[in-house]
This record gives sequence, structure tokens and C-alpha cells, in this order.
Amino acid sequence: MKTRFDVAVIGAGVMGCATALFLARGGMRVVLLDRGEICREASGVNAGTLTMQMTRAALIPYALRAHDMWMNMPAWCAGGDVLATACPGLSVAFTDAEAAMLEERARIRRAAGAPIELIDGRAAQAIEPGLADGVKLAGHCPIDGFASAYLTGRAFRAALQEAGVTLMEATPVRGIDGRFVLDTPAGAVAAQRVVLAGGVWLQDMAAWLGVTLPIKVLINQLVVTERMPPVMRTVLGVASGLLSLKQYANGTVLIGGGWQGIGDRTRGGVAVRSDNFLGNVRLAAHTVPALRQARVVRSWLGLEAETADALPAIGPIPGIDDAWIIGSVHSGYTSGPYMGRILAQAILGEAPELPLFPIDRLLHQRSNSA
Amino acid sequence: MIFDVVVLGGGPAGMAAATEAARSGARVVLLEESPAPGGQVYRAPPAGFEMKPDRDRQEGDALRAALAVSGADIRTGCRVWGLGGGPLVPEGQPDAPFSLSALGADGAPFTVQARALILCCGTHERIIPFPGWTLPGVIGLAAATILLKAQGMLPGQRVVVAGAGPLLYAVAAKILAGGGSVAALVDAATSGEWLRALPALTARPDLLAQGAVWRARLLAARVPVLAGAQVTAAEGDKVLSHVRVGERVFQADALCIGHGLVPATEASRTFRARHAHRPEDGGWVPVLDAAQRTSVPLLYAAGDGAGVRGAAAAPAAGRLAARTALHDLGFSLEHASEEDAALERARRTGAAMARMMALRPAMVAAIPAETIICRCEGVTRAEIEHAATAGASTINQLKHFTRCGMGPCQGRMCGEAAGALLASARGVSVADIGFTTGRIPLRPVPMASILGDFDYADIPVPAPAPI
Repeated sequence: MKTRFDVAVIGAGVMGCATALFLARGGMRVVLLDRGEICREASGVNAGTLTMQMTRAALIPYALRAHDMWMNMPAWCAGGDVLATACPGLSVAFTDAEAAMLEERARIRRAAGAPIELIDGRAAQAIEPGLADGVKLAGHCPIDGFASAYLTGRAFRAALQEAGVTLMEATPVRGIDGRFVLDTPAGAVAAQRVVLAGGVWLQDMAAWLGVTLPIKVLINQLVVTERMPPVMRTVLGVASGLLSLKQYANGTVLIGGGWQGIGDRTRGGVAVRSDNFLGNVRLAAHTVPALRQARVVRSWLGLEAETADALPAIGPIPGIDDAWIIGSVHSGYTSGPYMGRILAQAILGEAPELPLFPIDRLLHQRSNSA
Repeated sequence: MIFDVVVLGGGPAGMAAATEAARSGARVVLLEESPAPGGQVYRAPPAGFEMKPDRDRQEGDALRAALAVSGADIRTGCRVWGLGGGPLVPEGQPDAPFSLSALGADGAPFTVQARALILCCGTHERIIPFPGWTLPGVIGLAAATILLKAQGMLPGQRVVVAGAGPLLYAVAAKILAGGGSVAALVDAATSGEWLRALPALTARPDLLAQGAVWRARLLAARVPVLAGAQVTAAEGDKVLSHVRVGERVFQADALCIGHGLVPATEASRTFRARHAHRPEDGGWVPVLDAAQRTSVPLLYAAGDGAGVRGAAAAPAAGRLAARTALHDLGFSLEHASEEDAALERARRTGAAMARMMALRPAMVAAIPAETIICRCEGVTRAEIEHAATAGASTINQLKHFTRCGMGPCQGRMCGEAAGALLASARGVSVADIGFTTGRIPLRPVPMASILGDFDYADIPVPAPAPI
């Protein structure tokens, strides 16, 4: 007789992996499916920024708890490690308009719990000697840091197996029949509950259950340099959030910030846009002048999901018992493991530590506007 | 202005493609990294450098001369780093003109646009890792030919020449002719393999004669020729001092080693053309139709970069690619020039040599566990196999697990051996392991040269995300 799992999690990114892990540890028989390889889409190719200053205010309580999880990952992930590194974070303003934006955003984020203080350019340079002159104002957050996102799949894999999760990579789910039989090339997979955790593909997954959930696709570009001598020691951004900069222990500098490339849900990341590539590296070199000495070796793309109100979709799927969804979290890598933990709590019948983000609001919005 | 055709790479295929297209009245630009067109086999010496022209030089000079008067815009000494356009457009938009960003010979950045792109990117040299392969004094066989051909330089005074393919004998003979000594020639091919290749070689008596001359020189110089053998280690204190071949040890100050040629597919991968893994063609190659079309409209490939067939076969492939491109662009061609039987012979010989230079799985299997495979990131065979056990099932996933191929060479040196090791550890074919996603820059690019002059206000910072 075929195994009937307690829960099938579809999508093995950071949120799917964390949800599956904590469900298995809560005693459930879990299958985790992915059409490709574990954490090889957004969760494995993002900038690994663990910052509060790019996080939406509503998500800061979650991001602070997730930051702690990342920093202690080996302890809860069976030794799995993404080389998370704690360091101060700076968000800088070069113009008066940016300074005003920074002030407003720092105030809102501070109210949400992020310990951001505003400092002048000189004080910012004391924290980050690599920073350019001409900074009018900087937001300084002592709780910041970064991880090597490409290690995420490797880090989760062993823990999932140790927890008894059945991991099915390279197994695309083509549809869901009844409650719940997943149609896959490897045969039908039956489960009592289902969790949709498919990043930008959540829109297609929701459609399997007859739910219309529009998900916008962001095509974020990243650029990495060759290894170089130390040029910086913080996570650096600009007031608008359109820059993220950090130097890894191996000497490479990762340049990101959400400049857009070419791609879509169907084709994935298609190509880096050279004008945005240039804009992004100019902004980086303007902020850390020593980057002019760098050589760029690679650029790539990652697909980020966004709901209509740019807030997460985490919770039960209305009208379908035992069907859940998780994703579309802005700066989702930062908060990811914690979001998986609280969704698992809800599925296990416990009260989540912090509230979920039910999707009813997104479905109603749609029917109202239709 | 938008060119009709841009040719990337000025080796024999690229020179012929650009010449053919320009002669037919198209607006053509050729982009080449070296100071002069020619490619590896037909490489020109530096300006003002007098060398006695060999047979290859004469062939190259003929192609260069035709190109020079063809009317093509020839841009040498330029480093192409950016690729765009063609199919790389947002969903639902029509294909755009191809767009290539480069740094000119003077270091200044420029971009060319063209309706059609012909890739003539040649190959990378294959070196299957062995203990000591990263030691100073160990260089590629193709690298040695650059020193010898273009500069008249010996790679060392006492040299071991090792690897696979005809280049072995050419390099050894040139070292002798240049006054150096060859400590040993270590040929991975057995004499049986050479015998089996003979029928294909008889199609080119000129090459057979050339090969006989090379072998005679080795014989006269009493160079030990070890057939069916391979270097087991390069050793020395900081620099190479001796080379081990099984039980035998040869004192040497240089080891020139190459195990064949791997088509350079960075550009065709970046444009998302369909590729196939064909060991007999050198590895991963873009899938072409009979007229050199890739799977991407108005993108063509010719020469060894599209499957190793040698320099002699390359010009005809380049001309065919050019005629196909012009046809597809709507040019009316006066006549389809017939490629003669010599081409077919060149292809046959090239294919036989390519088979001899193909990846030898036994050589990969023999790599010791602690040998570094990815020299940029210091990843050993043992680490690759550990990653395979830990769940890495594709070459892209292997990168994530180990950083193999994430350094400055972006897998150009290590990718093939890493793929073969991963495939063998997983018990699948290299085709299942896949190839790394192609992304710009095509070559590492200095930030200072692409930044240009700008004010902060000029940076088009997009609108901020919602708070």
C-alpha cells in the first residue's frame, strides 16, 4: 500500500525546508517535493543579506527572530551552516532627499523594534572605514549580518533527512487531485495536508486548488567580484534600499539591491540587463570607492515573489481545509526560517509565536476589483 | 548604427565568416581579443616581430589578407564582456538586435549592435588534473604553441611534453628546432590508436608528411616517446624540477601538457541556445543545423567552438555560417559557393584528431582524491565526491555545495573534470549533470574600466520598495 503522508510541502526553498523540518520534528510524516534541486532558486541565489534596514516594518519582529536563528543555525539545523556572520549594518544617504527618506524609514522601523540609530557621515566612516565621503546621514543598526545563501540547500538537506523528511528533488508536481493526491512524474503522492511553498510559482500552485492569487515576479540581479583584500566590514545599503554590499570572508564582494533583470515565471532568470548592471556597480563603487579596484567575475538573477500589498502570504488557504501557503515575504531569505517555524506551529495545532499573514485579504481584494 | 552581422572571435572560422559576409555587401564587425586576427593555430606574431613564417603562418596570412580588404570593421585587442539582445528580452517582446559590450584596445568601453551574431569562439585547453598540475613550470600544450609560434620562445630548456593529440608532436618538434631539449614525450594515445586514426589521416597527405617529419626529428634527437602513458605527478620545491610517469622520473624545468580542446560555449550558453554533450566533439556544444544555425534565431556558430574539427576545416564552416546568416537576414546571395572535397577531407581528419583528443574517462578516474580540481577555489576530488554523496546532483548544485567553478575562471578550467567526476560519483552520464548557466561577464572585467565617469545624480536608482 502506498504511503500516505501527514503533509506534503511543495517547494524546497528556505520556507518550504524550514516548514518541513519543524513539522517533522513535531511528529508528522512529511514529504518535501521540488521540481528542481533543494534551495536552488531564490533561496540559494539571493544576496544573503540578514538586515533590518531593507526589511519591511511589519516584518521586523519576524526578521529579528530569524536573524537569531541564522546566527545559530548549526544548533537547530543538525549542524547545517550557511556561514552566517553578524556585523553592523549601515544605510546611507548621499542627498537631502535620501536623508529625509532615511529619517522617516528609520523612525518607522525603530517603532517596529529594529534598534536603528541615525548618525552622521563621520560616525558612519568610523564604523565602516571603506565608506565614501559625502554621506549626509546614515542609519546604523548593530543587528545585521549576512550569510552565504548558496550553502542553504546543503545546510538543510542533512537536517531534513535526519528528521525523517522524505525529500523528492527533481519531482515537479503537475497538479493536485482531491484532498490531496499530488500528480508527479514519480507517481501519485498522497498526503493529509498540503503546504504550498513555491516562491514566484505560488500563483500556479494556488490555481491547482482553484484559488486565484496574483503573484508579481521581481527579477533581482546580483554581481560578485573576485576575491580582493578587505575593503569593508559591514553590510552597506542606501536609503532607498537599492543597494546591498558586503564582503565575505573569502574576499569576494557581493553587490545587490534589487536592480531588475530580464525574466519571468515561465523562463526563470533570462538575462542580466547591462544598464542595470552598470547602475548597480556604479552605486556600489560610489559608496565604497575601493571597489574600483575590483574585477567583476559573475552576475546572476533570482526571482522574488510579491503579493498585491507586498506583504506575505502565510496561513491557511480559505475554503480548503488542511491546505496552507507560505511565501511572498519581502526580503524573504532574512525572515524565512522563522516564517517556516510559525507556520509549522499553526499546522501542528499550536498557537504561532507571532501572527501569520492570512491570504483572505488578497483574495477579497481581487474579487472586489473584478 | 546597427550592423548586419557581428562575428565574435577572429580565428580561422571568424576571419572567413567576416570576410564572406562583408564581401556580400553586409555591414560586418569582427571582435577579437588578440592584437591581430588569426586564432591559436594561425596566430600572428606581435607587430614588428620578425619570424620565419611556417606553413600555418602562410595559411593565416592568406585569411588575414582577405579579411583586411573585405570591408569588415575589424576590432582587435578588445575584450567582450557583455552580451544581450537576441532572445534575451522581456516576456512577449520580439527578439532584439544582438548587443555586445566590450573594452577596446585602448581600454575604452564600447557596445556594438547587430541583427545577426556568428560565434567563432574557439576552444579552451583541457588539462585533466594530476598531482602538481598547479606548480609553476607546468603550462598548457596550447599555451606552449603560443610561446613558440608567436614569440619564438622556448617554454623551458629541458621540457617534458605530454598529453594527447597531434599538438604533442608539433610542440616537441618546435622545441627541438628552437634549440631546447625534450626530456620525454608522453602520449596518452597508444600506437594502436594512431594506427586506427591512419585511414582518416591519409585524406590529408600533407599532414601525414608533416607528422612523419616531426617523428623523425624526435627519433634523431633520441627523445624517449612513451605511448599509452600519462604523467602521474609534477614535482619540485616551489617550481617544477621533475616529472613522474609511473616509475620513471624525468628532470625538467617545464612540462607542457594538454589533453585536448574543449569548445568555448560561454556565449551560446548565455544566449540560452540548446546544447548537447558530445565527447567526440570536445564536450558540450551548441546544437547546430546543417547550415550552422543554433536553436536561437539569427545566432550561428562555426569553427572549433561548435565542435572540434581543426583549423583547416574552420574557414569553410565560417563561410557557411555567414551565407546562412545573410540568407536569413534577407540578402540575396549571387551564388552559393560550393565548398570542395578538400573541406570534407579536412573535416574527416579533424574528426579523427578530435576523437583522439576527447576526454579520456580513465584519466579522470585515475585522479588521486586529494588532487585539486578547481584551482580558483581549491576544491579537491574528494570534496566533489563528498558533495555528490551529500546530495549534489547537477553541476550547478555542485557549485553551491563546494564553490567549484565559482572563481575567476568560472569553470573554464575545471568544469569538465568536475562534471565527469560528479557524473561518475552519481552513476549517471555527464549529460545528466548538465552545464553551468551562462551569465555575463564573459571574462572577468575590471570595474574601473566599465564604470566610466559619472555623477551620483546620473545613477538611475529605481523607486524604493514600500516600507
